[in-house]
Amino acid sequence: MEHLIEFKDVYKIYQMGDTAVHALDGVDLTIDPGEFVAIVGQSGSGKSTAMNIIGCLDVPTSGQYLLGGVDVSTMDDDQQAEIRNKMLGFIFQQYNLIPKLNVQENVELPLLYAGLSAEERRAKAVHALERVGLADKRKNLPSQLSGGQQQRVSIARALAGDPSVILADEPTGALDSRTGREVLSFLQQLNREGNTVVLITHDNAIAVKAQRIVRLQDGRVIYDGDAHDPAAVVQPHAEDDGEVAGQ
Amino acid sequence: MNFSQSFRLAIKSLLTSKMRAILTMLGIIIGVAAVIIITSLGNGMQNYMNDQFEQMGSNLIQVNVIDDGSSRTVDTDDFYALVDKYPKYLSGVTPYLSPRVVVRHGSEEDSFERTSVYGVSETFYNGEKGTTMQGEKLQNGRFLSYIDVDREQGVCVIGSYIADTAFNGNAMGKVITLSGDPYTVIGVFEEKAESAKGGGDDVIYIPYTRAQRLGAGGGYSMYLLTATSRDTASAAKGLVERRLQKTFPDAGNYFVMTSAEMMDAMDSMVDLLMTILTLIAALSLLVGGIGIMNIMLVSVTERTREIGIRKSLGAKQRNIRWQFIIEAGTTSAIGGVIGIGLGILCANILTFVLGAIVGTGSADFHAIPTASGIAVAFGVSVAIGVLFGYLPANKAAKLNPIDALRYE
Ligand SMILES: Nc1ncnc2c1ncn2[C@@H]1O[C@H](COP(=O)(O)OP(=O)(O)OP(=O)(O)O)[C@@H](O)[C@H]1O
Ligand SMILES: [Mg+2]
Repeated sequence: MEHLIEFKDVYKIYQMGDTAVHALDGVDLTIDPGEFVAIVGQSGSGKSTAMNIIGCLDVPTSGQYLLGGVDVSTMDDDQQAEIRNKMLGFIFQQYNLIPKLNVQENVELPLLYAGLSAEERRAKAVHALERVGLADKRKNLPSQLSGGQQQRVSIARALAGDPSVILADEPTGALDSRTGREVLSFLQQLNREGNTVVLITHDNAIAVKAQRIVRLQDGRVIYDGDAHDPAAVVQPHAEDDGEVAGQ
Repeated sequence: MNFSQSFRLAIKSLLTSKMRAILTMLGIIIGVAAVIIITSLGNGMQNYMNDQFEQMGSNLIQVNVIDDGSSRTVDTDDFYALVDKYPKYLSGVTPYLSPRVVVRHGSEEDSFERTSVYGVSETFYNGEKGTTMQGEKLQNGRFLSYIDVDREQGVCVIGSYIADTAFNGNAMGKVITLSGDPYTVIGVFEEKAESAKGGGDDVIYIPYTRAQRLGAGGGYSMYLLTATSRDTASAAKGLVERRLQKTFPDAGNYFVMTSAEMMDAMDSMVDLLMTILTLIAALSLLVGGIGIMNIMLVSVTERTREIGIRKSLGAKQRNIRWQFIIEAGTTSAIGGVIGIGLGILCANILTFVLGAIVGTGSADFHAIPTASGIAVAFGVSVAIGVLFGYLPANKAAKLNPIDALRYE
């Protein structure tokens, strides 16, 4: 069967003066529709780099990235924009809402770029906001909401266009643990409803909520399997930070 | 693409930093206001001059013959003969002398310091039409007659300003003194220019034969001829010139001009002047455009992250480009509207100020902004915004999404 996401020997190399930083160092990875995958790893291990490539925001230095069977690196800027618009929903650590637009306008943005009419946009945005329980705040500015609420708005924005994949880079990173758990259980619910979710985190306690864990270290995949396997949460350098899941 | 949202965003960002917005628009405001003021002034000036010419009559032909001291000359009788010969083209002629005289009534002199005194013949008044060559109508009495001219009678026909000021409106048969000689009022014109001092009602007409005695001339003599209509005026002018050529081999000895030509010459002079001034004003529009470009570049940098977010959500290059072009266009359009308002205000103030100075009552001065001037000013200011907004907008559109998202 065809994979939704497929990395074939992907390298991402940043040339910093004389030294080449291998942010991704020969990654092979496949993700199928309906999966809930957590990509984990220490700071600098290449998680965000991987997510940017999955999200068509960046292209590999070498290797192939196929999204829905299509090689994205051969597409031009506008074609990639269209893929992002149709297939991907982003949830960022810093929410990334546009401060001058109100909540509803923010949620409508992807629909606007999809070319939907004002009525369709409104209906879909309100529906998405209802799902995250913020329909009553739709005329507020982002700055008038709490951090957790803002992150829920950004989830609504990611959902609004009915994407194939929801990409969340450290979505709980800026939230306290209770709101973090709320956001997380929301992602789980989305996954149960059939959405493919890719979650990036450095926190094992969060990662174990996914079905599957992909662990990166220095740009390589060092574990890829069931999230409930104890091996998934073993830190290779456990002595460095002593971080262990399931505390 | 989505015009209304880009437009609202543009208005919002203008409102959030009003000072910056005003400074950005300043160049456009000044440029547009200057263009409006200049075109209104030009328009007002042309209307003013046209009014004055219109009062003079549009089928007048003015002839100046230079007195070079030689025996060659064309005199009044020659002109009468010319008019008799071409009745299809010429309907009348009169000498038109402006003697320098002191006008006095009793001991009163100051009120008449700006009075115009002309020496004309009886043909200056057309009995059939009931008007003079310059459009005055009689209210009381009669105009000069052949006998008055032939016998150099001390009689005059006066405008309503003189009648009101010197004689309290009851002037018939009264006497006014011109350079010491008494002149009896035999006719009074209807008011035509609000009886203002120095205006079209502050005039006295006397027989030209007497005006010659008062020392008119100054090296040339002037005649007014009337063409049978406005359309025959230029043909009539040709006839007059041909007649003068016969006597004077040197075209420098005479000068013939129709009132329509004078009007055209003045109009094109004003046009040229206005074009030059408008171009200079347009330069400040250019400066305004550069100001907009500058602030748009700043805005693109400030909003790099926003651009990254929009791109991550699927905005194509043209979406981003349009957003910033609309923002630049909106900025300059608002500047344009403010400039138009300011320009119209200034034009009205100028109408008030200049109207008081040059207004003779006969022709009022109005600096009127033209609809086309306003439309062009508005169009040009929008165009400038779009033109100078393009470069920054394109820069924004070409940003790499990942770099833009990372931008702090
Ligand atoms: N634009 C860039 N230029 C140069 N080096 C980069 C760039 N982006 C990332 N890197 C390097 O690539 C490596 C992987 O970075 P990446 O952001 O993917 O890490 P990460 O796993 O997301 O870390 P974190 O948990 O801190 O977010 C790091 O060594 C980083 O320094
Ligand atoms: Mg990261």
